[in-house]
Amino acid sequence: MRSSVIIFPGSNCDRDMDVALKKFGFKNQMVWHNDQSIPKSDLIVLPGGFSYGDYLRCGSIASKSKIIKSVIDFANSGGLVLGICNGFQILTETGLLKGILQQNKFLNFICSNVFIKVKDKQNKYFKDLKKDILELHIAHNEGNYFCSDDELKSLEDNNQIAVTYCGEDGVENESTNPNGAIKNIAGIFNKNKNVLGMMPHPERMIDKYLSGEDGSLFFENILDNFK
Amino acid sequence: MKIKVIVTLKNGVLDPQGKAIQQTLNGMNFGNVEDVRQGKYFEIEVKEKDEKKAKSLVDDMCKKLLANLVIEDYKIV
Repeated sequence: MRSSVIIFPGSNCDRDMDVALKKFGFKNQMVWHNDQSIPKSDLIVLPGGFSYGDYLRCGSIASKSKIIKSVIDFANSGGLVLGICNGFQILTETGLLKGILQQNKFLNFICSNVFIKVKDKQNKYFKDLKKDILELHIAHNEGNYFCSDDELKSLEDNNQIAVTYCGEDGVENESTNPNGAIKNIAGIFNKNKNVLGMMPHPERMIDKYLSGEDGSLFFENILDNFK
Repeated sequence: MKIKVIVTLKNGVLDPQGKAIQQTLNGMNFGNVEDVRQGKYFEIEVKEKDEKKAKSLVDDMCKKLLANLVIEDYKIV
């Protein structure tokens, strides 16, 4: 499976993502934001970081960069596009995903492990995933997902909520919501479920000695579903 | 020609920074501050002499970049 990771000025999880993808057998390439086109890929990843210093709004400047037209075309033709953290913010700013990520409710930068519940498995990312609850890592200041009531209803009606913050036992409530996101939302899909944006970092959970291996499950599952 | 734009959060959208500023002001004995909403202010120099045209250009910029209409409103002043 071929993948491309887009690097923006200020991306800082691009190389972690590269290491993770290659570890599980993706043929990964790094693509610079100023390039016009993306090499043939089965998966495009927008990595975490602080593209363009988070100027104006997180992801807003990156969402207008040169490479983005190719990313949008790829997504609209059904290609898999995964945005992690800042990548999720960029995807909402392009309009590929609904809503926006606002500043965390308590104005704090959050860096911690969280549990997330997989809400939908009828898609190429989570189909046949062995677990329903994953332990992943978050590190963000703007992860407080927000959208209008109408948009929320359409996300729910179409099963576009991908993952939500929960406790180790799967309980979703205010105490297991780190940043104030509506409905504990940690990640969503577009309508066709080929575009996934989520705040947690699977690429930081791929080593059993260093962190945990729930991120490994995520990447291996994408590969299994591609076969 | 210089066009000025103010971008603010829509009513009903949580503004934690505004809230923190309000509470700080209250703590500084500005007890009659009931609400604070924080926004952004832009001064845009447009190479255009016709005010109507310049404002219509800036309007387009607001829709496409300066404001995110999911949570923000803008006002050209």
